[in-house]
Amino acid sequence: MVDISTSALTGPHGPKPRKAFSRRNIFLYGFLIIVAIYYAIPLYVMVVTSLKGMAEIRLGNIFSPPVEITFQPWVKAWGEACTGLTCEGLSTGFWNSVRITIPSVILSIAIASVNGYALANWRFKGSNVFFTILIFGAFVPYQVMLYPIVIMLREIGLYGSLTGLVIVHTIFGMPILTLLFRNYFSSLPEELFKAARVDGAGFWGIYFRIMLPMSVPIFAVGVILQVTGIWNDFLFGVVYTGPETYPMTVSLNNIVNSTQGVKEYNVNMAATILTGLVPLTIYFVSGRLFVRGIAAGAVKG
Amino acid sequence: MYSVEIKNLDLHFGSVKVLQNLDLDIPKGEFLVLLGSSGCGKSTLLNCIAGLLDVSAGQIHINGNNVTWSEPSERGIGMVFQSYALYPQMTVEGNLTFGLKNAKMPKEEIAKRVARAAEVLQIEPLLKRKPAALSGGQRQRVAIGRALVRDVDVFLFDEPLSNLDAKLRADLRVEIKRLHQQLQNTMIYVTHDQIEAMTLADRIAIMRGGQIMQLASPDEIYNRPVNKYVAGFIGSPAMNFYEGQVYQGNFTTGDLVLPLAGYEYADPANADGPATIGIRPEHIVTGELVGNTAFQTEITVELVEPMGSDTLVYSTLAGAPVKIRMDGQAKVNLGDKISVGIDPARASLFDKETELRL
Repeated sequence: MVDISTSALTGPHGPKPRKAFSRRNIFLYGFLIIVAIYYAIPLYVMVVTSLKGMAEIRLGNIFSPPVEITFQPWVKAWGEACTGLTCEGLSTGFWNSVRITIPSVILSIAIASVNGYALANWRFKGSNVFFTILIFGAFVPYQVMLYPIVIMLREIGLYGSLTGLVIVHTIFGMPILTLLFRNYFSSLPEELFKAARVDGAGFWGIYFRIMLPMSVPIFAVGVILQVTGIWNDFLFGVVYTGPETYPMTVSLNNIVNSTQGVKEYNVNMAATILTGLVPLTIYFVSGRLFVRGIAAGAVKG
Repeated sequence: MYSVEIKNLDLHFGSVKVLQNLDLDIPKGEFLVLLGSSGCGKSTLLNCIAGLLDVSAGQIHINGNNVTWSEPSERGIGMVFQSYALYPQMTVEGNLTFGLKNAKMPKEEIAKRVARAAEVLQIEPLLKRKPAALSGGQRQRVAIGRALVRDVDVFLFDEPLSNLDAKLRADLRVEIKRLHQQLQNTMIYVTHDQIEAMTLADRIAIMRGGQIMQLASPDEIYNRPVNKYVAGFIGSPAMNFYEGQVYQGNFTTGDLVLPLAGYEYADPANADGPATIGIRPEHIVTGELVGNTAFQTEITVELVEPMGSDTLVYSTLAGAPVKIRMDGQAKVNLGDKISVGIDPARASLFDKETELRL
């Protein structure tokens, strides 16, 4: 008889036992929890304050949960808060922002992806110079170009219109998006591109039938970057639009900064959360794609 | 008529000359292998023939047409890549038909060609699958199928077997050879694997530094390498080289003198002088055969590599290392003294300066 039970083995054998509460784990998780709380507290204060009435806010206990929950501040922030002369709340700004963001995102990504594809796969004479100049654009401070663009938009009759702002956003998104797409397309195997050429596909055929279906993650990254960036933009919005066409960020600023008598902290908090909701939603919905796309593009420069 | 003609081809990237003044004529139905170490320009040459790289000078003719400026799809070529390069989002069938649909071919014709290619390559059960669901060997078969459905005269293979494991590589190698016998197409095959080259090729072009060193049948290249580089490149384990002197029909190295009776000189009049002799490990005979050879000596076994089918013995001859390939059943131990014989007719002599065959 051969005894093959594990009792025959002395000394360490099998999986190495691990302690759940090792000193290392306590430090690591303790630190992470503290940092998480540190970042979560402001959000908590905002949400809690936005649900309180002004009487309760005046008591000064900003950390205490609301005794009496009211959604009135949210309603007011959305539709009734006053900015100077008009009292329409954030709703006008929200729809303006939607009308700015959607075309800007689509247009900038469409152009930048074709740019990146051409730069990665169809090297032309001077393509490197072109690319360098484009990337250089990412490092020029926006403020330098504000006034020249005002003049240019005025000359072509688009100053103060949503179209003008869409064009501005598309142009300013170009350097970083082109870089993103170029790097992603460069990371795809070159032989696929060659095989498609042997198969007789042209510039657009390869772009739409081969490259696009393989590039969903990087398009998600582009959409997230652009939606967040354009939605959160304040500078271009305030400079290139008029009171009728102000985006949401500008409306928010006007609501928060126009003081008529009492400062309504609950309305301001609600308005701020409302404004931040769109990028937050986008991030939570597609965050995983975002990380994957960024990592994929980073492999090869 | 030649299937592929390459005339005075030059290619340079900036100041780096990748291909220089290259001429190559490939008859119809020939299996030509471009062989060389990495960076020798063999893949570049294939890409030029395919039209994936613009040439700097010279012409490329395929089937009598000057295709130097033509698009890859217009050249009448099919190409198989090392990484298979299957379109990941399409099924096998989609991969096979992509090129035909681009060419706006009628549906019935497409279906007919796919059916034929699938039958030849035995990939019928895979047609509805995506490439990710295929094994390496199946993927490469689909890649070959994509070239096959194009119904072209010239097939280009760019190291098609390099990504496969050793056993599969051997299997597919045989399949490619069988495919060539069946289709009788012209095939140009790039590889760095000399076994693939020797087994598949009608002719091998050994390339180095953007130039063709030798273009000949596998037999010729193995037995009569035109220079020392080719001699050392072909054969595994590599040829044994000894430096010495050729003088009046004898080769002297160290204290050894090899009579060169039976050696076929390229130019008998100018043979004398400093030279290198190359002897293949499998051409050094042992055992009973030693008696028949013109040169005999005794060596001491320093290292043994048994490989089953044959046994490699490492030793020293005339102060330089020597490798000998013996029968796999030979019983040799470290320190054994064995007598060996060399037949000069099977050796190769190279000029010391020019490294060209004497």
